[in-house]
Amino acid sequence: MAWAELQDWLGLLNYWVAIALMMSGFYIVIAQHNLIKKVVGLNIFQVAVFVFYISMGKVDGGSAPILKDGIEVFSNPLPHVLILTAIVVGVATTALALALVVRIQHSYGTVEDDEILDIEHDEEDIA
Amino acid sequence: MSGAEVMSDPWLILLVVVPMLAAPICVLLRNGPGAWSVATLVSWAVLAISIKLLISVLEFGEVVYRIGGWDAPWGIEYKLDPVGAFVVLIIAVIGALVLPYAKKSVEKEIRQDRIYLFYTMLLLCLTGLLGITVTGDAFNLFVFLEVSSLSTYVLISLGRDRRALTAAFRYLIMGTIGATFYIIGVGMMYQMTGTLNITDLSTIMPAVADTHTIHAAMAFLTVGISLKLALFPLHMWLPNAYTFAPSAVTAFLAATATKVSAYVLLRILLTVFGDIDLLHAFPLQPVLIGMALAAMFLASLSAIWQQNVKRMLAYSSVAQIGYIVLGIALATEAGIAGGIIHMFNHALMKGAAFMAIGAVIYATGAVTLNDLKGIGKEMPLTMGAFVVAGLGLIGVPLTPGFISKWQLITASLELDLWPLAALILLSSLLAIIYVWRVFEVAYLAKPNVNVTHEVPMSMLVPTWILALIAVYFGADATFTLFLADTAAQHLMGGM
Repeated sequence: MAWAELQDWLGLLNYWVAIALMMSGFYIVIAQHNLIKKVVGLNIFQVAVFVFYISMGKVDGGSAPILKDGIEVFSNPLPHVLILTAIVVGVATTALALALVVRIQHSYGTVEDDEILDIEHDEEDIA
Repeated sequence: MSGAEVMSDPWLILLVVVPMLAAPICVLLRNGPGAWSVATLVSWAVLAISIKLLISVLEFGEVVYRIGGWDAPWGIEYKLDPVGAFVVLIIAVIGALVLPYAKKSVEKEIRQDRIYLFYTMLLLCLTGLLGITVTGDAFNLFVFLEVSSLSTYVLISLGRDRRALTAAFRYLIMGTIGATFYIIGVGMMYQMTGTLNITDLSTIMPAVADTHTIHAAMAFLTVGISLKLALFPLHMWLPNAYTFAPSAVTAFLAATATKVSAYVLLRILLTVFGDIDLLHAFPLQPVLIGMALAAMFLASLSAIWQQNVKRMLAYSSVAQIGYIVLGIALATEAGIAGGIIHMFNHALMKGAAFMAIGAVIYATGAVTLNDLKGIGKEMPLTMGAFVVAGLGLIGVPLTPGFISKWQLITASLELDLWPLAALILLSSLLAIIYVWRVFEVAYLAKPNVNVTHEVPMSMLVPTWILALIAVYFGADATFTLFLADTAAQHLMGGM
């Protein structure tokens, strides 16, 4: 019995990994003040979703979805294709985020969120 | 649905493809005025197509286009029903008016060598918003959501003030989390149903509705969309983004972006989960109504304390989103019609208000209440348009705001929710206060010494066209109410 339970649990391992990644990424985005670290957190958060989708498409004992004699069981290619799109979107988002961080560094002289907030707060008082 | 002869309309794909192809053309032109001409022509073409599509939709019920000729559950299908057609019309009208307006405003607010990139981004944003509205595929919707979001972040970061950069960055973080939540939800739905087609999803959903996966999916979808919608308390990105973005961008986004997110919320709640009476099966209704009320009151209160007029209008937007969501959450035909008509009316009023304030910025370079002293005497035409829009935000009779609030109050009374009707009226009083503060400064205060002149015609005319459309639909709402009712019936009909 215990063995079967362990197997059940191991079968869901991918999903546990996805949840762990998702939560740690999300936590980094919220808790870190450094903008670069926020971007890293966002990436981890997105990668969790990639893992989630890819695991979803996998069929036990399935081969690659190609037209060839003898292939009966194959993995669902659709979630994998979707994730290719999502990866591209993720790259674009990261690139844009980093570009913004560079410009923030140029005009504020810092990439620490709390310092930026202090500077902005002072500006508000003047304005 | 399947097999039946549905009108297949290539205009549906052109609606998205035309602005998408125009965007790289603007990059290749490498010249500001050229890019502006292309973008303006495209925005007018989009308006023409959207009117054509609206006519077809009213005639046939819905319009479908199958990409690559693949049938629905396998291929991606574009589909426009009355709700979609109405939202497309909102986007197209605002786009066609903001672009002529943008020329002068952008020349003053954005560095010369970046202007062509500005129009590229605006076209991509337009593409994304239109795509979200016409697509019938849940994942394709995510792609368009990101197309519009990424271009929005760039547009915001082009603002003059350096705070535009941090506003764009914060919006990027929040927006990406929202969009990622959305695909988590879509993934879970795919896991249970094996389909991404929205019509297909709604057919299969009742069979699997009572599972933890679908409940989790729904939670992710609602929170993700609410982030993009800036539903209180997930609105933190919005005030700064609207305040520091270039004026033309603020006018465009305030009038379209949140409306499109509200449309996605409608689609998910009422089409995808349409057959399982979700708002009652799950305690989503009280949550949404509570958030909507909180938005109406707390955001209006914040608006009252703002010195910067753009930020005041941004908080007012958060409050108005409350009304839209309130209508949706009532989940009756009248309520949904109220939410939908308020999308249109709010787009007109807020678009006109931000365009008028953008004109003031063009003329004076300032936006705090202090700088606006006596501006009503120096720029009577611009401030006249602002007065029309402001009265609309309050909901004075003969303005479109009155029509939507009337509809929402009627809908709440239909459900015997008279406290809700009272709260809608009460929150309008807060709008009187914040709008009055601008009127008071503009018309009653002594003018500052600097003499300013009216802005160029290319800015005044679009602002006034929008204000006049608003007045027209405030006085005679037969057409807009008809559209909103048709859309609500279509949504509630399940299909």
